[in-house]
Amino acid sequence: MKTLELYSALGLTDFEYEQIVKQLGREPNEVETYLFSAMWSEHCGYSHSRKYLSRFPKDGSLHSEENAGGVQVGSQVIFFKAESHNHPSAVEPFQGAATGIGGIIRDVLALGARPVALLNSLKFGRINEGEKSNHSKHLFDGVVKGISAYGNSIGVPTVAGEVGFDTCYETSPLVNVMAVGIVDKKDIKTSSAPVNKHVIIVGSHTGRDGIHGASFASKELSEKSKEDRPSVQVGDPFIKKILIEATLEILKLDEVLACQDCGAAGLLSSTSEMAYKGNCGMELYLDKVHLREEGMKAWEIMLSESQERMIFVTSAEGVRKVLDIADKYEIPAREIGKTIPEEEYRLFFNGEPAANVSPAMLNNGILYDLNEEEPEYISEYRNKKHDKTMSVEEAVRKIVSDPNFASKNWVYTQYDHTVGNRTAVTPNQAGAAGIWLGEEGGVIGLTIDSNGRQVFLDPYNGSKNTLYESYRNLVSSGYKPLGITDCLNYGNPEKAEVGYQLVKSIDGLADGCRELSIPVVSGNVSLYNECEYTRVYPTPAVGMAGYADRPEDVIKASFGSGEKIYLLGKEINNGSPAGASLYQMVCFDFLGGEVDSVNPELELLLANSIFELRDRKLIKGAVDVSEGGLLGALLEGLFNGGAGFRGALIGETEPLKALFGEITGRYIVSTDNAQEFEKHCKAPYKLLGECTGSEVVFDGYKFKLDELCNCYNNSIAKEIEN
Amino acid sequence: MKAAVIVFPGTNCDRDTKAACEGFGWETDYVWHFEQSLSNYDAVFLPGGFSYGDYIRSGRLAKFSPVMKAVKEYVKAQRGFVTGICNGFQILCETGLLPGVLTDNWNTRFICKNSRLKIKDGKEITLPIAHGEGRYLAEEDVLIELNEKDMIFLTYADNPNGSVGDIAGLYDRERNIIGMMPHPERAFFAETGNTDGREIFKIIEQALAVKK
Repeated sequence: MKTLELYSALGLTDFEYEQIVKQLGREPNEVETYLFSAMWSEHCGYSHSRKYLSRFPKDGSLHSEENAGGVQVGSQVIFFKAESHNHPSAVEPFQGAATGIGGIIRDVLALGARPVALLNSLKFGRINEGEKSNHSKHLFDGVVKGISAYGNSIGVPTVAGEVGFDTCYETSPLVNVMAVGIVDKKDIKTSSAPVNKHVIIVGSHTGRDGIHGASFASKELSEKSKEDRPSVQVGDPFIKKILIEATLEILKLDEVLACQDCGAAGLLSSTSEMAYKGNCGMELYLDKVHLREEGMKAWEIMLSESQERMIFVTSAEGVRKVLDIADKYEIPAREIGKTIPEEEYRLFFNGEPAANVSPAMLNNGILYDLNEEEPEYISEYRNKKHDKTMSVEEAVRKIVSDPNFASKNWVYTQYDHTVGNRTAVTPNQAGAAGIWLGEEGGVIGLTIDSNGRQVFLDPYNGSKNTLYESYRNLVSSGYKPLGITDCLNYGNPEKAEVGYQLVKSIDGLADGCRELSIPVVSGNVSLYNECEYTRVYPTPAVGMAGYADRPEDVIKASFGSGEKIYLLGKEINNGSPAGASLYQMVCFDFLGGEVDSVNPELELLLANSIFELRDRKLIKGAVDVSEGGLLGALLEGLFNGGAGFRGALIGETEPLKALFGEITGRYIVSTDNAQEFEKHCKAPYKLLGECTGSEVVFDGYKFKLDELCNCYNNSIAKEIEN
Repeated sequence: MKAAVIVFPGTNCDRDTKAACEGFGWETDYVWHFEQSLSNYDAVFLPGGFSYGDYIRSGRLAKFSPVMKAVKEYVKAQRGFVTGICNGFQILCETGLLPGVLTDNWNTRFICKNSRLKIKDGKEITLPIAHGEGRYLAEEDVLIELNEKDMIFLTYADNPNGSVGDIAGLYDRERNIIGMMPHPERAFFAETGNTDGREIFKIIEQALAVKK
């Protein structure tokens, strides 16, 4: 194929190709055309988002320019990053999810950090609509099995996550995984390669799997996507586990100067980035790369996304040491090239030059502007109303057993969440997971959250609310928030509506982070999550890390018998904007209205009050009020504590809105010393009632706790296992 | 008192087990799967994980490793005490050092949760389990022997995986080996919320005291 025909077949536009020719001063050869098609794709080049991502505040983060960024706690740095594997999971859920973990683990590993926790945010179509749900159930089951098979084997606990179900994710599921690693600050390695050093590849043989994975992930899904199945990589957790141990041992060598993992666009993106960051060039001899199959072409070797491969740059003395460690672990390794002073990326194959381009050019694709004008649907949905009603009894039962609200125990019991001896808080015990940082004596708090419905209605406030939801999850569990990672899942950004959603989301997250004085340490963008019929709701997932100085500072989401229950923060009334609340979808299949916005001063006041009350031992349990509203939060605490409740929740407000309406700035907490609690609480509070008996009784309604708890615990298993 | 924690490629509870052993006051070394002698150690631990990827069947490939030959010799020489946890229990069964087999959980899924357990002396404890193939099965005559010789040292109160006779852990005939599916090393430090695992380390300590 001539390069002219080739570039469009590879997804480069005419404009992009012209730019390549202009910058090179010549036509690219075949191999070079392949290189640009991968590096300038959305997946590697962030062509539609990079311009806007620079709006994120970075103050307080460490190495946010690397694969994963971090925050410091004492002598230790906590690196974390979330990443999507949506497109592969749509066609091959088990391998898609499994390799998603593999990829994100390598990102923290490459910095020298030992991976200590995994979280995930998963979205599928509805699973409770009988036959219609078969495809969504297949994807859900496959993804959970993939995470279970892979995550469990590599010995990294999956400690928290969220799963949501909505029609818009039916053909485009979202599979976002967050990895967290810990390293002593003095042992960090980066990807910036010094000049005149040696390049070594360690790990699996390079094969034809995953070729074009990057460009596959940069287009819309269609029926034809199934034909792209060969673009889905296959993971081997056994090799990964060995690679983790070997890499950590290799990175302890002083002679190792830089490290990078092979992820999207494999060898190409890893090595060219290392040269670019080091302001140098690189020569690679592709016949030295150990291959899985014969007859691979130069571009195939460069673009292969075969899993479980790492690149190291070492001094001359380091080469032997790296190869020896690889040998001990019985994993193949080869020296494949060197860094050079000229800022050129030179590839040789079978003794012949195969490509010569500048690393800077490869790593700086075209950046596009996005539409920032409000699309029509926004005001249309904002003004939508519905006039349906439902009895409180029916609504309570529907919501408690709705898979979005119900316990995710069916999911997390399939994940090993205790390996590693650091799990201080197990899933469901609190709003955030807890990883014991023995090195410093405290506990790292972790959460990941998203709310596509809210962001669809109001991209700016919805995204900000997602951030604050993560914030409240950490605060309610006793952690001081330190930083976030984000995974931005959107449709096709070339469409005006999506462009607007993406820009406003970024602004919402950026402003929220400034209000809370926390940095965005890392992130990932996944676009083109749509097909002919549906597009996903704009769904930014926010992963947040926090810290509690002592294990006893952690608060559980559990209310016990005899404790008084208080609402802290805003009270809901008939005028409160509660658009996108879960009950509206579950009870009325309705999405519309206005989304609440946050009051940053109130949020900070609430957080400080909770910490102070906790320090005074005046808080027994706490739950932030989010999806499922006031009653949803109350029930979570009661189920965990096994206690009933008697009190008042509704007042003058329309009952369903009072019970399930979702607005910002609210927590419910329990105390065993009401008098002292009220004396010391600096935030607005209201007594809701008392934990007592085995029934949940409020405003003339009465429910048996164990009946509700059974629905809550078993509804997902019932949908899947039947 | 010196303990060895054996590390196969794919083992993932080696660090946890070493930390618990050291927390219990034992000097502890990692021993790589190529090692051919264990005679320096008073106690040997086969930790959890997925040895050699657990391909074919859990514990199946580890059976052929050099270090397992050393474990067999160690047992034969009555040198010290061997503890197999999770994958370690599976390996001990595959090697024939303990009777019976461990196969897919009744629900064919991986199960991670806290499990209530009963120790032979009547004490009740709670330990985490985390396995896909933890369902203990054995022939009728083996079960009779296990009961007659009082070899069942640990049973589930809530049998999460469908094990016959609620069996969670076993002694060998000579009381030189224990194998168990639950993870005592993950319930060792107060900071992670549960220290019941220390009971198992005490059992090992007592067994060693008898030897000396």
